[in-house]
This record gives sequence, structure tokens and C-alpha cells, in this order.
Amino acid sequence: MKLPSRQILAVISVAALVAACTSSSATTAPGGATCAAAANAVQIEAVSWWTTGGESSGFNAIINKFNCDNPGYFVTNSAIAGGAGSVAQAALQSRVLAGNPPDTFQVHMGHELLDTYVTPGYMDNLDDLYSANGWTTQFPKGVLDIVSAKDAAGATHYYSVPLDIHRANVLWYNKTVFSSNNLTAPTTWDQFFTAADALKAKGITPLAVGDSGIWSNGMLLEDVLIGQLGADKFNGLWTGTTDWASADVTTALNTYKKLLTYVNTDHSSLSWDQAADYLIPASAGAQPKAAMTIMGDWAAGEFDNKGFTDYGYVAAPGGTGIYQALADSFGLPTKAAHKDGVKKFLTLLGSAAGQDIFNPYKGSVPANTGAGNPPADQKQYSTYQKWAMGEWKTDTIVPSMEHGAAAAPSWKGAIETAVTSFVANPDAAALQTALVAACKDAKVCK
Amino acid sequence: MSGETNPQPSDPTGRRSTPGAALGDILAARKIDPLDVVVVTDDEEEVTATKRVRTGTSVGRGAHSHGPRARILRFIMYAILFVFVLWYLAPVYVLLVTSLKPSSQVTLDKMWTLPWPPSLDGFSAAWTALAPNFVNSLKLAIPAAILSSILGSMNGYVLAKWKFRGADTLFTLILFGMFIPYQAILIPLTQVMSDVGLYGSIQGLILVHIIYGIPITTLIFRNYYAAIPTELLEAAKVDGAGFIRIYRSILLPLSASGFVVVLIWQFNSVWNDFLFAATLTTQPNWPMTVALNNLAGSFAVDWNVQMAGALIAAMPTLLVFIILGRYFVRGLLAGSLKG
Amino acid sequence: MRISRDRATSLLVIAPSVLAIGIFVYGLIVWTGYISTVQWDTLRPDYTFVGLANYQAIFAQNRFLMDIRNTVVFTISFIAASLTIGLLLANFIDRQIRAEGLFRNIFVFPMAISFIVTGVVWKWVLSPGTVETITTAGGSLLVSRPQGVNQLFGLDPASNRWLTDSHVVFLAPDSPLYGFLHSVGLGFLTSPNIGIPIALFSLVIAAVWQMSGFVMVLYLAGLRAIPEELKEAARVDGCTEWRIFRHIVFPLLTPITLSAMIILGHISLKIYDLAVAMTPGGGPGFATDTPALFMWQTAFRDDHFGRGAAVAIVMLVLVAGVVVPYLVWTRRQEVEA
Repeated sequence: MKLPSRQILAVISVAALVAACTSSSATTAPGGATCAAAANAVQIEAVSWWTTGGESSGFNAIINKFNCDNPGYFVTNSAIAGGAGSVAQAALQSRVLAGNPPDTFQVHMGHELLDTYVTPGYMDNLDDLYSANGWTTQFPKGVLDIVSAKDAAGATHYYSVPLDIHRANVLWYNKTVFSSNNLTAPTTWDQFFTAADALKAKGITPLAVGDSGIWSNGMLLEDVLIGQLGADKFNGLWTGTTDWASADVTTALNTYKKLLTYVNTDHSSLSWDQAADYLIPASAGAQPKAAMTIMGDWAAGEFDNKGFTDYGYVAAPGGTGIYQALADSFGLPTKAAHKDGVKKFLTLLGSAAGQDIFNPYKGSVPANTGAGNPPADQKQYSTYQKWAMGEWKTDTIVPSMEHGAAAAPSWKGAIETAVTSFVANPDAAALQTALVAACKDAKVCK
Repeated sequence: MSGETNPQPSDPTGRRSTPGAALGDILAARKIDPLDVVVVTDDEEEVTATKRVRTGTSVGRGAHSHGPRARILRFIMYAILFVFVLWYLAPVYVLLVTSLKPSSQVTLDKMWTLPWPPSLDGFSAAWTALAPNFVNSLKLAIPAAILSSILGSMNGYVLAKWKFRGADTLFTLILFGMFIPYQAILIPLTQVMSDVGLYGSIQGLILVHIIYGIPITTLIFRNYYAAIPTELLEAAKVDGAGFIRIYRSILLPLSASGFVVVLIWQFNSVWNDFLFAATLTTQPNWPMTVALNNLAGSFAVDWNVQMAGALIAAMPTLLVFIILGRYFVRGLLAGSLKG
Repeated sequence: MRISRDRATSLLVIAPSVLAIGIFVYGLIVWTGYISTVQWDTLRPDYTFVGLANYQAIFAQNRFLMDIRNTVVFTISFIAASLTIGLLLANFIDRQIRAEGLFRNIFVFPMAISFIVTGVVWKWVLSPGTVETITTAGGSLLVSRPQGVNQLFGLDPASNRWLTDSHVVFLAPDSPLYGFLHSVGLGFLTSPNIGIPIALFSLVIAAVWQMSGFVMVLYLAGLRAIPEELKEAARVDGCTEWRIFRHIVFPLLTPITLSAMIILGHISLKIYDLAVAMTPGGGPGFATDTPALFMWQTAFRDDHFGRGAAVAIVMLVLVAGVVVPYLVWTRRQEVEA
């Protein structure tokens, strides 16, 4: 029997045609000429998980600025999608273990960086950059606390540069639904439940949650804890000064249990963005499936993408005046091949000018309080971002657990395991026991 | 089952009986000469021709009576088949329909509605992202599939026809390699690749796929060659042929179906692999699966682009299946995957 | 001396593969086994020997026990359904139907799609939609907004929860078997950990969709190789079609059934891509969690590399428990034949 040579030839020629017709895609930065690598440029590899959309455009824009201003260096954005806990992360960790890390890589500020890479000794500190650039005065104290760690002698060292600040505790709502039901956006959990009861009676799901991967639900737990405990005690949960077995936490967990009864029944098969879409009416004048969702400020991008403008936002219930922050940041691996270039790159990332290039694309807020006024020829901040920037300057800052700032990934994992079981079987006492045990396993609580 | 019908008319033992004692007993009880048992392929012309030669009647397979009861049963059969077709095609419908919608219209509650107006945004965005890596995947999957099938063929040849003491145990040990979870060996594998300097390259990834393809390719070829009668090799040895000559002149010409099965299977699994691709290569050597994964944003996913990308990524394997599909069946028929 | 030269050549030919498997499979298994006995729980390797502590730690976790149960339930359902559907379809296609090639291609092509894509699409199709109650003066009204399959067939999202179903079927105290099992010391079989999670069947549906066409092709090849004369002879003797199938056809298909079980088994025991694509967090209450996902998170999210290695070794033992008897059985078959 002969193999079908003609067909094989056809397949191969199609493939060849495809190969001939594909051009390599250039990471063109929007709004300006792309600066190509000079002949002797030192190649700097920056690993991120920003592969599409605004964040990719923004990161390429800031990389391009660096490449144009520093012709002796050339930074490339080596991005694999997936973020924390994904194959990309495993690939990164395997490289670090093999002694072959990239020159710099994206990591959430706070314990995700500190516990994973700093404590085992894979990162250099950035104290010289912080003092040379005056970031100790330009970044809010809350951020400085998160990106730093104390060594054995008690001295503070800084380990990463936060590029963007996202807020996790935001409540988004459909304005028309609220106004036609004479409701105002709730600022406490009691107000929330009153509004939720009214909405439920009308057949509207009060809170849309998409917790496929469970982290969205973990965010709800954090919001309830913030509302019950306040900023200081909430911070204390992550440093061991607040007891997870305390009565405050018990009250919070019971509130959380009650909250879950106001959530859409199909939450576990939806991702957060599909849940956020429930706020969008199917057609003009129709009633949307849900009225509210609690999600970080990247939800604004989702609404804009779907052409939905009828949304309002406030701090999540109990979170007025409290900015629960998370940030993407970059540091300096000890075994990085081109440290000087990385330091120059990090300088740009932390500067007000650099942050004003990136953040308008990302939908986030610059960590640098000196930023906020991009030149007229650059992308400008949106209405939401301007509101958020105002809050950023005045609110108390607390870290987000779900997004790597407050707790090490293994601690977060233990909490997520407890939350997964709780969501299927709401037993507040069991949850509290599991949370206490998680804190002990993380070696933060005694 | 029997080996492929040998075109050489002078071969008296080109047809073999099926494995197991059961058939032998049945044949003996019915006084049917095993040599009269004819291998039937899926080629319909051959079926009809064989029928005409053998029985001189026009009794087709499976159609024993033409009464109304048989017709109703046949109708029910077609109905059931149709239901299954719908089941198999429903997800493809969702993929297709979603990929043709503009991003603003992609919501879960409208997953069954046709896109109106249809938009090629998804496909163009997906193609822009996937195209550079498409070639990488070709450079990866084609050599990996070809080399690992050659290796499997040689291994199968040795383990089936040149048995030594412990050959079967060795085969068992090789086969077990199919079952290790690759996540478990990711870290040391990265270390090894880094140490030998192959980390980040397509060649390194090809090597990894060849190595981890050894068990399944050896399995397929060993079973395939086991069905080829040893008498053929004995005859050749008497004529003075050695290891390589026997392979080249006897086994290789008969191996076409086996190669088709292995090539399809390996191409499919290498093309669709994401774990090794993402961990062992660096930009710009990424295969297409990495680029496909990269279509997802860090928070929200553009589903129309994602699904368009999935369709684009599936095209080559689909093409391979469609074009080589009938040979796949023939290859399996010829004994590649019998136990 | 020709023979020994050929013998030498044959050993030389197989040597590289033996070496490769020896290093990249068994060498790495040994390495993994070693790591499972050391402390290593941060990104900095720590080779302090801790014996079986890692194994104790993972077996103490409810989630891991559920994973093992999920693997068993998934494997059995997946293989049973794929074999049944594959055999059924092969049987139909074997009957000289019209457009046989078209049917065959449609049934086989899902195999060409990667598991990740299959998972994403089936996650969409099996999303149930929501149900809300409107309370009015006159009573309450159910507002049902089905999606996916529910939308297509008008099913109620509240009772058909597919992937979101956290319900676990286990022997409750009011079941008749409960008392009996407890009295014979098999009480643990009634624990919810041993129950069957409903959401898992959504995963099975997607996996069967992907692989049953392949099984069909295997069976088709097998059916085609059965000579018509055998069946004719049996028919002449007065056997019904069903008895012919049961006593002649099905036994002759045994080698194919076993091959299919091995290939399906090796997919289902290691299943990762499909599960992660459909339920990234392991499903409601870990209903669709798999040991592979647990291993991944333990090693690469929590950086507990020692425990991750322990999970991998347990997975391998599970696999060996299935594969080794099969291999021993087939070798015995070959020796007999």
C-alpha cells in the first residue's frame, strides 16, 4: 500500500506557503516609533504575563521608551499568560532553581515575592534605587511596608518596584436598577443586606460572583473581614497580631455565610468577567440578571469592553477609606545576567513619567504619588482612575491576600482550600478552625 | 488480527488466523480452513469484490433480511447516529459561532445564537498572535513525529523479532514510562536540559518528545510486527539476509500502516502539548500552544479571539486526521493496536 | 558468526532507547521518590531527610483523599462510557451505512482538538444558568435563566447544575446499606469522601466526547477483521444476532478492549489539562479535583516540593496498580498463544 504522496505533498506545500506568508509580529508600541535594537545593545529579558490587551500595549509602550532612551540596552517582553500558579510560574521557578533566571520578572508585590524569592535568597535588594530616586517619599507608606522586608538585624530592605496599583475592594452596581428601585449604593454590610433583600424580591440576583478558580470568593471573604475588623486589625491577621479565633472573625464569617445566600447559583462555573457581565441587560430596558458585583478595578475594563456604561462604583461595603491594594512589580534576581541594565529599567518603571505611560493602559493607578498627569500626547486616565487616584492618596492601605500582597502563596492556598469547602458546605465554625490552622501552618501565628 | 494483505502472490502465509484459541476452535468445529479466512479492509470496493469471489451471492454484511422490521431497525440506527452527530458537533458549533462574533457580543447566555453581523475580528486577532509560532510548531511536530516513529519502528522490530532473554520484561518496563505524570519530573528535566545546553531551543523540545514518545511508539510497532509471521524472516535468514537487510526489504515495506498510526498519534500529541512547550522553550522558539495560551489576558479573556485561536490551532491536526484517516483505520486493522 | 553480529546489532539498536528511558523515566522517578522524603518546602532546595512525613501530610488532607476518589470514579466512568459508546458506534458504522466516511470523520475528529480547548468549550456548554425567585403579593415566581445545555433543551437550572453541582452521592444514614456496612466494619464506605460527586460527570462527558471516537475506530478495525463466514455459520445454526455478538464477536474484540483500556487509562489517571480548563479551582467543593492538579499546586504554587513529589509517587503507585496486572496478563496471553 502506498502512502498518499500527493496528499502529503499538498499538506507540506500549504505549510510552506503559510510559513512564507507569516511575518514576525513586532511589538510595536502605540503612539510612537518603535526603537529597534542597536548592534551592540545588551539584551535584557523581562518576563511578564501581560500578553494581550491594554496591559500588553502599556508594557510595550514603557519598554519602548526605555529602549529609545537607552540605546545601549534592549529590553524584550517575554510574556506567557497565566500569572500566579500557572505553567508560566512553574517555568519561571524552574529557571530560578536551575540558576538561570530572567533578568527581571513580574511578580505581585508583597509576600508573593518576599516569601517565594526573597527569603530563599534569590533577589538583590533595591535600597540604592529607592534612596537615589526618592521613592521612600514618593510611594505611600502602605506600599513601602508591603514591598519591604526586615532582615535579621531589623533593618528594612526594599525588594521590588510596584508598577501599577489595583484596588481589590470595589463594589460595582447597575445604576438604572438602583435608581428604579430607589436604592443607594451600600457602604456597610447591613446596608448591603437591606438592598439585597429588596433586589431579591424583584428576582434580581443581588451579587454576581464568578468563582471558577475560587479566588473571587476569597476576595469576598477579605472584604467581609475588612468591614468587620477595620484596617488595623485586618493587617494584624497577616502579621499574627490579630487572632483568627477571635469573636470578631466569628462575626465576620457568619456575615460571609449570609452573603453567600445572595449570590447567583451558578457561580462556580463562571469566571469573574462572565459574572460581571450579569450586570449588563440583554437589551435596552430589560432587567439584568444581577445588580452588583464586588471585584477589583479591572472590572471597569470589562464593562468598557462590552460597551456598558451604566455602572457605578463605590468602595466595597465596610471599606470606605480603606484601599485594599495589589500591585505588579519587578525586582532584581541575584543571578540576573545584566544587572546594570535592569537597574536602569527599574528606575524608569518606578518613575512618575514611566508610570504615567503604563497605567492609563492598564486601568490601574500609579504607585508613585507624583504621577497622575501624563503629557497631552499620551493616553490619559479614565474617570474611574482619577477617582481611584484621589482615594489612593488619602485612604489607609491594606494588602490583598488573594493577589499576593498579604500572604505567602502556600498560606493563600490553604485559605482557598478552606473557602472551597466552605462554599460547598457553609459551616462557619469549620471555616474558622481551618483558617486558624492555616495561619499556624504558615508559621505566622503561634 | 491478520497482517496487511500481502501483494506478493507467491506468499502462501500472508494470511494469518486471529489470536486466541477461541477462533481456532470455532474454525475447527466448523471445518473452515484458516487459509480461507479473508481479511476485510474498510475499503468498500474490496468488501464487495471479496463477497462476490467468496460466496457468489450478494448478501451484504449486517443485512440479513429486508423485511419491514429490519427497515425500522435500520431507521432507528440512523436516528441514533444522527443524535450522536449532534452531540459531537454541538461544541464545534459553539466554537465556530463564538469565534465569529465581535467581542462585545460574546456572552454566555447567547452562546447558541448565530453571530449577526459576523465579524472576523476574532480570527484576525488570533492569527496575528499565532502565526509567528505556527512555524515553530511545524518545525517541532513534523521532525518529532517522524523521528519518534522511526525509533519506535526499530525498537518494535528488535522486541518483536529479535527476542533475547528479558526482552518482554524490558518491553514492560519501557511501556510503564508512558504513565509517569509529566508534572512530576518537570524540575529535574529543566535542570538537565539547562545543563546540556538544550534549554530554550526547539531541538531540545524535539528530543524530549522523542524520548517520552518511545513507550507508545514502541508499543504500537511491537504489536504490529508481532503479527507478521516469523516464517518470513526465517526464509530471509536462510537466504543470508542480516538484521538490517531484513528490516529494509521485508518489514519496512509492510510497515506503512503502522507508520501512519504512529505518525498521526505522535503529531497530534506533540502539536497539542503545552506543558513541555511552555517550560522548556523561550521566546522566540515558542510553539503555537504557548501562543494560544497567551491569547488569554491576565484578568479577562476575549472569548471570540480565544475560540478563533483554538480553531486555528486545531486545523493541522484535523487536516492530518481527515487526509490520513482512512489509513489510520487500515493501520489499526493491520494489528497495530491489538493487545 | 553472522547470527551473533545481528544479535549485537539488535542490542545496539535498542540500547539508546533503553538508556533514554532509564534516565528520563526511571532516573527521574527515583529522583522524585528521593525528593518525597526530604523537607524541601521553599524555592531553596532543602534535602533534610524527613522520612514519610510528606506522605503523612498529604494523606491528612481531605482534599487529597477526595482526589483519589475522583480519580477512581472518573477512570471507571470514563472508560466504561467510552468503550460502550465506541462499540455501539462501531457496530452501527460496520453495517454498510451511507456516508460512512463522513460519520467516521465526525466521530473521530474531537481527538484532534487539544484537551484544553475541549475543556473550555464544554465548560461553556455545561454552564447551567441561574434561577431567582420573585416574591410578589400573589406569591413567588421563579425566574429561570438557563444557559448552555439547559437553554438548548429547556432544562431547569436549579435541578440540572452540571459543573456547579456540589452534591455528592453517598450512603446516608437512612439508606438500607448504611447499617449493614457499619456492622461489618466497612463503615468508612459511607463517608462523604467516598461518595460520587455529581459534578464529576460533567468532566466525564467532555472526556468521553473527546476519546470515544478513537475507541470507535479501534473497534471498527476489530469488527471488520471478524470474518463474515463465522457469523453466517452461527446464523445458519440458528443463533440470534445478540447471541452471536455476545459469544463470538465480543470475545474476539477482547484484545482491542484491553488496548483501549490501557490508552484511556493512561489518559484518565494523569488527567490535568481537561480538569484545569473546566474547573481551575478543582470544582465545587473539590468535586472535580485531580491528583495532578493537587500536585501542581502543592509544588509550584505553595513551593512544597517535597509534598508535591509525594503526591507524584502516590499517583505512580495508583497507576502501577492498574497497569502492572494488565501487563502481566497480556504477557501470559502471549506466552499461551
